[in-house]
Amino acid sequence: MRRALHLRAAAPYLLLLPGLLWLVVFYVYPAFQMFLTSLWTGNLDTGYQQTWNWGIYQEAITEYWPWLARSIIYGGLATILAFALGFPLAYAIAFRGGQYKNVLLFLVIAPFFTSFLLRTISWKIILADSGLVLGPLKQIGILPEEFRLLATPAAVIAGITYNFLPFMTLPLYVALEKIDKRLIEAAEDLYAGPWRPQGTVAGLAIGGVLGLVVGLVMDYGPFALSIPFGLAGAAIGTWLISQAFIRVTLPLALPGIFAGSLLTFIPAVGDFVNAELLGNPQSLMIGNVIQARYLQVTDYPTASALSFILMLAILIGLFIYARIIGTEELTGASI
Amino acid sequence: MATSSVAVGARRSRADRVARAVDHWILPIYVVGVTAYLILPVAVMILFSFNDPTGRSNLVWRGFSLEAWLSPLGRPGLGEAVRNSLVVAFLSTIIATALGTLIALALTRYQFRGRATTNVLIFLPMATPEIVLGASLLTMFVASVQLPIPQGVLFPLNIRTILIAHIMFNISFVVVTVKARLSNFPRNLEEAAMDLGANEWTTFWKVTFPLILPGILAAALLAFSLSIDDYVVTAFTSGQTETFPLFIYGSQLRGIPVQVNVIGTIIFGSAVLLVLLTTLWQRRVAARDYGAGV
Repeated sequence: MRRALHLRAAAPYLLLLPGLLWLVVFYVYPAFQMFLTSLWTGNLDTGYQQTWNWGIYQEAITEYWPWLARSIIYGGLATILAFALGFPLAYAIAFRGGQYKNVLLFLVIAPFFTSFLLRTISWKIILADSGLVLGPLKQIGILPEEFRLLATPAAVIAGITYNFLPFMTLPLYVALEKIDKRLIEAAEDLYAGPWRPQGTVAGLAIGGVLGLVVGLVMDYGPFALSIPFGLAGAAIGTWLISQAFIRVTLPLALPGIFAGSLLTFIPAVGDFVNAELLGNPQSLMIGNVIQARYLQVTDYPTASALSFILMLAILIGLFIYARIIGTEELTGASI
Repeated sequence: MATSSVAVGARRSRADRVARAVDHWILPIYVVGVTAYLILPVAVMILFSFNDPTGRSNLVWRGFSLEAWLSPLGRPGLGEAVRNSLVVAFLSTIIATALGTLIALALTRYQFRGRATTNVLIFLPMATPEIVLGASLLTMFVASVQLPIPQGVLFPLNIRTILIAHIMFNISFVVVTVKARLSNFPRNLEEAAMDLGANEWTTFWKVTFPLILPGILAAALLAFSLSIDDYVVTAFTSGQTETFPLFIYGSQLRGIPVQVNVIGTIIFGSAVLLVLLTTLWQRRVAARDYGAGV
C-alpha cells in the first residue's frame, strides 16, 4: 500500500524525466556553454582558453550595435505590419467565415507545408526587377525603369512579414473565435456606435506615424508613405472602427495580440535568411553577423557574445511581458 | 423625442449601410487578397517545378517541361540530402512525440511541485530565436571534446547531432499540441472503465490512448513538418552532412536546380494530403462517437 502511494507520487516525475532531461542537456546546458564560450580567447587553430574576457561584451556591442538596432527595427516593423494584415484576416475568418472557415484556416497554414527557403526564393522570382509585379507596372509607366524592390530593406521587411504572418494570424483567430458574439451585439444595442471623431484622429495619427517610420526605414523619404498611410488610417478609424470594437472586441482579443506579436517578433529579430536572400549588404541583421562569425570566420567568442546578448534581450523582454500579462497566460496562450 | 429617435434611426441606417458594404464587399475581397498573398509563393514554387531545366538557375521562366519531374533526384548530392532529411524527420518525430506526450500527460493529470518551472522550461525553446538554439548547440558540441564522455558522441558534427537538435526543438511543440487535446479530456470515461473493473494500465490503453491519439498524431505531423523544413538549427549542427534545406541554400548561390522545386512540391502535396486524410478520419471518428452517444 505504502509502496503504491510512493509510486503514485513519483508518477509525474517519471513521466517528465526523459523529456525534461533532454531539454536540460540540449537547451539549458548549451546556453550556459555559450556564455562560457563568449569569455574564451584564442582561435580555432591555436586553441581556446577560458580567460573570462568580459570586455568582449562591450566590444561586441560597440562594433555591432547598428546590426542589433536594425534587427529590432525590422523585426518590430514586420510585427506591426503582420498585425495590420493579420488582424482583419483573423477577424473575417472568425466572424464572417461561415462555411469557408476551415478552408480559409487551411490556406493560412498551407505555406508551412512548403520549405520556407523555397518560399523566400519564390519572392525573389516575384519581386525581380522585371518580374511578376514590377514588370507590368514599369511597362505601363507607373513606376520608373530603375525602381527596384529586390535587394532593398523593403524586400527584407516584406519577406519577414510574409514568413511570420501565419504565426500572427492563428493566435488572433483563436482569441477572436472565443469571443461571445452576444457581448458585441449588447454593446451595439447600448449605442456603442461609430467612434467619431476620436477614431478619425487616432487612425490619422497611427497611420501617419507608421507611414513615417516605414518610409524612413525603407529609404522612400519621410512623406512618401506617411500621407497615404495616414489617410487610410483616418478612413478606417472613421468608418470601420466602432465603439463596440474598441471597448469589447479589442480588449477580449488582447491575449491573441500578445501571443501573436511574440510568435512573430522573436523569430523575426533572429532571422537572417530574408536579409541574406532579399536584402543588400546595408540591410543585414544581427542574425547574419552571428551566422558569419560562427560558420565562416569561426570567431566563436564574439559570435557567442552576440548570440547571448540577443537571447538575454529577448528573455528580459519576455520577463517584462510576463509581468504584465501573467506567466500562465504567456505560456498557455502560445498554443 | 420624436426627432431625436428619427435622427438616431437615420444615423443607424447609414452605419448599417457601411457595415453591410464592408461585410459584403470589402472583407471578402480583403480575405481573398491576403490568402492569395500567402499562397502566391507556393504557387510560384509549383509552377517553376515544370520549368525547362536547361539554364543555370531557376529564376526565369523558360517554357514548360516535365524533365525535372521524370528525374526528381537527378542531381549529384540531392538524393543523399533528401534521404538524410527524411531519416532525421522520422526519428526526431517519433522520439520527440514520445517524450513530449509523456510530459503533456504529467502536466494535465497530476498536481506536483515544480510545475511552473516545467512550464517555463517547455516554453523557453519556443521563445528562443532559432539562431540562438543552433548557436548554443554548436558551442556545446565543440566544447564537448573536453568533457569526460566517449569521443564521437557529440563531436564531430554529423547526422546524429542534427537529430539531437531536432528532437530538442520539437519536444515543446509536441507538449503544447497534446496538452491542448488533453485539457478538455472526459475524465468520467476513465472512471467508468475503472468502475467496470479495468486496472489503470488497461484503462490507459483502451480508453485514454484512443481518445488522445488524434492529438498525438497532430503533434507528430507538426514535428515532422518542422523537422523536414528546418534550415537554421541544422546549419549550425550539421558539419559536413547535407539535408534538403541545406542543399537548397547551398545551391542558391550557383543556381537552384528545377529538381529542388519538384521535391518541394512533392513534400507540399504529401503534407496537404496527410492533413486532409487526418481531418476526414477525425470527422468519421467524431461522427461515430456521436452516434454511440458519447
